Amino acid sequence: MIANYGYTDGSGEYYIAINTDDCLECPQHLCVNACPKNIIEIIEDDYDDLVAAVKDESRKALKYICADCKPSSERPPLPCVSACPNGSLSHTW
Amino acid sequence: MITAGIDMGAKHIKVVILKDGEVIGKSKISTGFDQGASARKGLDEAGSQAGIELSAIEHITATGAGRKSVPEKNSEVTEVGAGAVGTIRLIPEARTVVDVGAEEGRGIKIDGAGKVIDFAVNEKCAAGAGSFAESMSRALEMTVREFGEISLKSEKTIPMNAQCTVFAESEVVSLLHAQTPKPDIARAVCDAIASRITSMVRRVGIEQKVALIGGVSHNIGFVSSLKRALNCEVIIPEDPDYVGALGAAIIAGERKTNG
Repeated sequence: MIANYGYTDGSGEYYIAINTDDCLECPQHLCVNACPKNIIEIIEDDYDDLVAAVKDESRKALKYICADCKPSSERPPLPCVSACPNGSLSHTW
Repeated sequence: MITAGIDMGAKHIKVVILKDGEVIGKSKISTGFDQGASARKGLDEAGSQAGIELSAIEHITATGAGRKSVPEKNSEVTEVGAGAVGTIRLIPEARTVVDVGAEEGRGIKIDGAGKVIDFAVNEKCAAGAGSFAESMSRALEMTVREFGEISLKSEKTIPMNAQCTVFAESEVVSLLHAQTPKPDIARAVCDAIASRITSMVRRVGIEQKVALIGGVSHNIGFVSSLKRALNCEVIIPEDPDYVGALGAAIIAGERKTNG
């Protein structure tokens, strides 16, 4: 399952997409500790699988919360994306 | 086996009670301020329609934005999971589910068993949800039903640029001052909601057939705009606002059976 957490507003689309089928195969969940803003958590989804998800309270403000990891020039790799060994996490912006 | 699903929506609470998989009672009440008390009232009303005591219900699964506020629940499921299961029960050929409630819109891609393959939820933009149509119908001094009906009389496309309901309302006021006919304004609002929803659904990909669920499915103006925006037929089940509660009740049965 690909879970898209986030929103669209007047300025663009701000979703973090998590491929939960790939995420399942990673027991370490390195993305959780990699995020400097602590917005990723491990939840039990509707199919009783432990997978990564964006915290409820962060889903409406991703553009602002993730801004520090996205400078306008010389953008380094995103910590959450590079921490994921299965490449199951991506940002739409 | 008797199970119940309760969908704690932002505006309404819907309850469905199933006995051996068949619906024997349902209710819909306003969510109100005290969600726990409203949940109890909804369960009582549905139980009374089914002719059973609440103690006869073997498993209650809660879904919806306020699902954590149901003291009587045995388990929870997300709106996405419940909507998928409810839809596949009513429309087995559906592969894309568009769920538009009062405060949120969801696009869900499902397989033949009702398992979610891909989903997107717009958790922020009220301009892609039912409360927007409600507030705009108030600005036009008509009910939501009249609003939907009158929009069908328009053949004109007026783009609404505002993404936010507050600015959109001022755009509607400007159109009123410019003496734009009400049907054209109503259609512009329905088109705007449909456009927001469509862009979100495209994120998960549109696969035929497309089902529309949630309370906004009752707005015929929005349905017409959505069909135009998606450029395909949209199937609406009977009682589209109860689909989430139905899905939760089915999941309650599965969880009871599987322990």
